[in-house]
Amino acid sequence: MAENIKVKTMAEYAAEGTKPEILFWVGCAGSFDARAQKVTKAFTKILNQVGMEFAILGQEESCTGDPARRAGNEFVFQMTALQNIEVMNMYGVEKIVTTCPHCFNTLKNEYPDLGGNYEVIHHTTLLQELIDAGRIKMTEGGTFKGKKITYHDSCYLGRVNGVYEAPRKVLEELDSDLVELKRCRTNGLCCGAGGAQMFKEDEPGTKSINIERVEEALDTGSEIIAVNCPFCLTMMTDGVKAKEKQDMVMVYDLAELIINNQG
Amino acid sequence: MTGQIIFAILSIITFGYAAFQFNKIRQNILLGQEEKIEGDRGQRFKNMFLVAFGQQKMFKRFVPAIFHLFIYVAFLMTQIELIEILIDGFTGSHRFFANALGGFYNFIINFIEILSALAFVATFVFLARRNLLKLPRFHKSEMNGWPTLDGNLILYGEFLLLVGIFSMNGADMALQAKGETSYNLNLIISSNLGPALFGGLEVHTLHMIERFGWWLHILVVFGFINYLPKSKHLHIFFAFPNTYFSRLDSRGKMENMDAIMNEVKSMMDPEAAFDDSGEMEELPVFGSNDVTTLSWRNIMEAYTCTECGRCTSVCPANMTGKKLSPRKVMMDIRDRAEEVGDKIRSGNPEYISAEAKTEDAILSAANFDDGKSLFDYITKEEIHACTTCNACVEACPVLISPMESILKLRRYELLTESAGPSEWLPMFNSIENNGAVWAMSDARDQWVNDLNKEND
Repeated sequence: MAENIKVKTMAEYAAEGTKPEILFWVGCAGSFDARAQKVTKAFTKILNQVGMEFAILGQEESCTGDPARRAGNEFVFQMTALQNIEVMNMYGVEKIVTTCPHCFNTLKNEYPDLGGNYEVIHHTTLLQELIDAGRIKMTEGGTFKGKKITYHDSCYLGRVNGVYEAPRKVLEELDSDLVELKRCRTNGLCCGAGGAQMFKEDEPGTKSINIERVEEALDTGSEIIAVNCPFCLTMMTDGVKAKEKQDMVMVYDLAELIINNQG
Repeated sequence: MTGQIIFAILSIITFGYAAFQFNKIRQNILLGQEEKIEGDRGQRFKNMFLVAFGQQKMFKRFVPAIFHLFIYVAFLMTQIELIEILIDGFTGSHRFFANALGGFYNFIINFIEILSALAFVATFVFLARRNLLKLPRFHKSEMNGWPTLDGNLILYGEFLLLVGIFSMNGADMALQAKGETSYNLNLIISSNLGPALFGGLEVHTLHMIERFGWWLHILVVFGFINYLPKSKHLHIFFAFPNTYFSRLDSRGKMENMDAIMNEVKSMMDPEAAFDDSGEMEELPVFGSNDVTTLSWRNIMEAYTCTECGRCTSVCPANMTGKKLSPRKVMMDIRDRAEEVGDKIRSGNPEYISAEAKTEDAILSAANFDDGKSLFDYITKEEIHACTTCNACVEACPVLISPMESILKLRRYELLTESAGPSEWLPMFNSIENNGAVWAMSDARDQWVNDLNKEND
């Protein structure tokens, strides 16, 4: 796979006097976190494969402000959000796809009040659409055929925004054996990272939330835990390590699963 | 005649005192900030119809929902009988509707009998669930003392009410069998149970039993009406307005703070920087530290809470041993609203804030300060543990959002007190200065270069 992967910025498109079909909102985790970068790259490869015209904001992208707002710091949220909206409105952004459900939620539900109105979709929804349209070619009998995979609903994609089916349809396409967690869909259990918990130590307690969730995932006997959120990815990976199961159980984002399935 | 007079006096006392108590609750709720209730009224009525009247969200847990439904429908249907009891009580008539409604009356009373029997079973199931099964959610620390007693008292009351109904109907059916009545009813339970239990008794004794049942029923109802305002059982009333007024927009959306948005906008806009018309004269209070800075809707939510604990049982923080319990947050808001309301109504000038204190100042919600706040009830540790996962919001059968109040408290701590977990500071600084949650030396799009290197 030595094809050159083009990742243009909105600024480059604007310089050419054109606009891409969609803006890929990478997010902080997708940009900087070593593990989440792999998801960003996998998703970028898919967009390239299907020939979708997309752009990133590159250095003009800032944190959406989700953790600041949920921590209670509205000033920081407003500063970063208004700046993002200014940039996106300048480029006339209409449609956004993002691999982070927190970015997804904030862009979709919170930016309109600040003057940012966009059509926002999560990458799992886009992946499902691309599969349905036959634009992503699924390999017959790929890597995951018949393998037990469990799926962890992130709070902000699932319970908060009601996206339950798209990610599951993607998993079905892998010909894998989807085993549901005991607490799934509306009853899905948080990984423990939301509400800015990612950026501080746990309050005193008896257990970490990610351990509680990973134990449940291990009970399914799955080899793979599929996630849709970079923070869940971190929490679940850490949890699997804490249970010393990292050699048997892998945690992947759905975009990675599609790329890995191609062999 | 004496009976009618006693009944009338008791009714007046009951309804008078209830009005007094409910008015206090209304005042306590209105201690909260005004909030614009916008959006589709049709959707609001639909929520109320499905969630409150239709018990839709109760059915996320089927077994308790079924037993709860028995008690609920029995309660609704008994209101018809209650109307008759009131008419009989005031006029001295007996089974006022019996002859007027004929066969339909027989049908209604039968319907109520079946439901009452089901409610009877449900009452025992619920008592067992609370006291024998030791369900964890009924035994969290916030349930110690009054809340646990409250939960049981209402079930004992329910039991007494049913004893009243069946002894009244049973005695009447035994009388009917002796040809002592003007009506002819055929009741599925009491027509069998009554003669079996009371058949051998004198007519006079049967009349006494019937009166005992009748008075027991109405006295429990009168007691209930005045017990409600002090009890978690207030949900039978507040579930309706609470589901009607619950937020319609996305759960994922936190309320926008327009004052801060406008301030930040003017900071960003070089022209507006010189226009001080929009500038804030004095820094307002941001977020909530007390019932007076929550919205009235949040206080109503607290009065609606029936302490079932479904929220707490699904809270990831609570189930991993953290102090946070969404139910406790709602209970604390109600307790604090009661405290503030009572203190303001006391008129005690001691509670006038230092800056408003003058010779002739009168205590009001506006100048109230008792040196306490919601933070004397809810600790910072509790609110810091929330992951904003919305599980509590999803779990609540009457559309309360404990999370909304928790996040308002966080806003107060961060914005008004400039406090909060110090570990968050690097994240805030980083967003402000680097536009990312972590301070990174790499460029934000460094991964693009890496991607092409990997592919070469």
